[in-house]
Amino acid sequence: MSIGDSASDVGKVRGLGSARAGGVDWLSERLTSIALLLLGTWFLASLLFLPKLDERTLVEWLRGAGGAVPMALFVIVAFWHAVDGLKQSVDDYVSGEVGRWVVNIVILFFAVAGASLSLFALGKIAFGAAA
Amino acid sequence: MSPHLTIWRWGPHMVVSILHRITGAGLSIIGLAVLTWWLLAIAGGADAYATFVKAATHWLGTIVLIGLTWAFFQHLFSGIRHLIMDTGMGFELSANKAGAIATIVGSIVATAIIWAYWLGAFA
Repeated sequence: MSIGDSASDVGKVRGLGSARAGGVDWLSERLTSIALLLLGTWFLASLLFLPKLDERTLVEWLRGAGGAVPMALFVIVAFWHAVDGLKQSVDDYVSGEVGRWVVNIVILFFAVAGASLSLFALGKIAFGAAA
Repeated sequence: MSPHLTIWRWGPHMVVSILHRITGAGLSIIGLAVLTWWLLAIAGGADAYATFVKAATHWLGTIVLIGLTWAFFQHLFSGIRHLIMDTGMGFELSANKAGAIATIVGSIVATAIIWAYWLGAFA
């Protein structure tokens, strides 16, 4: 039996240095939050300043680059930030490595599906035949 | 869960910390589902959009939208507070408490102003 088998988790990694990837989740959450400060404010301000919120006005707004591009960015970054934030809560509150892994992957699948549906809708609005 | 929840005297900073997670989860699950539905409804044409409007203007739907607006502002203001605290600022007891209370007051005021405007405009 080697020393490695009997060593604690800390004993196994002591002296190896950091994995050099520990800051990635932290940084991703902050960077997407800063982007959402701008995009979220833009989204709400747009809803407030559009003359009407009927279908015709919204389609016209989202057919132009000024509406479609920030909205696509908002969708992508919002889902990204949601995955980051939910992962942090799951990692804090779900016990067991397998459970955390499964819940985080389910969240990721739902987020990618939701973002894809939203981007499909935006593409359909922007590139579809004019009503 | 932190065992300290049952030990420490409750303060605004604890309320805001927990609200940040609750509003974040609410915006992630309910908020993004509504956003996706809304975009699909716009893409789906007049009938699909009418169905969305019918749900949104139902009193239950409006309550959900008002709740999401409040969650948006609470998470936004509390998020700004977190970014400031990430730099090491705002940890003095009085400043920390004032910042926490400001996010709660700010989110309620902002939500009230916007919905007073919307409910007035669409009434």
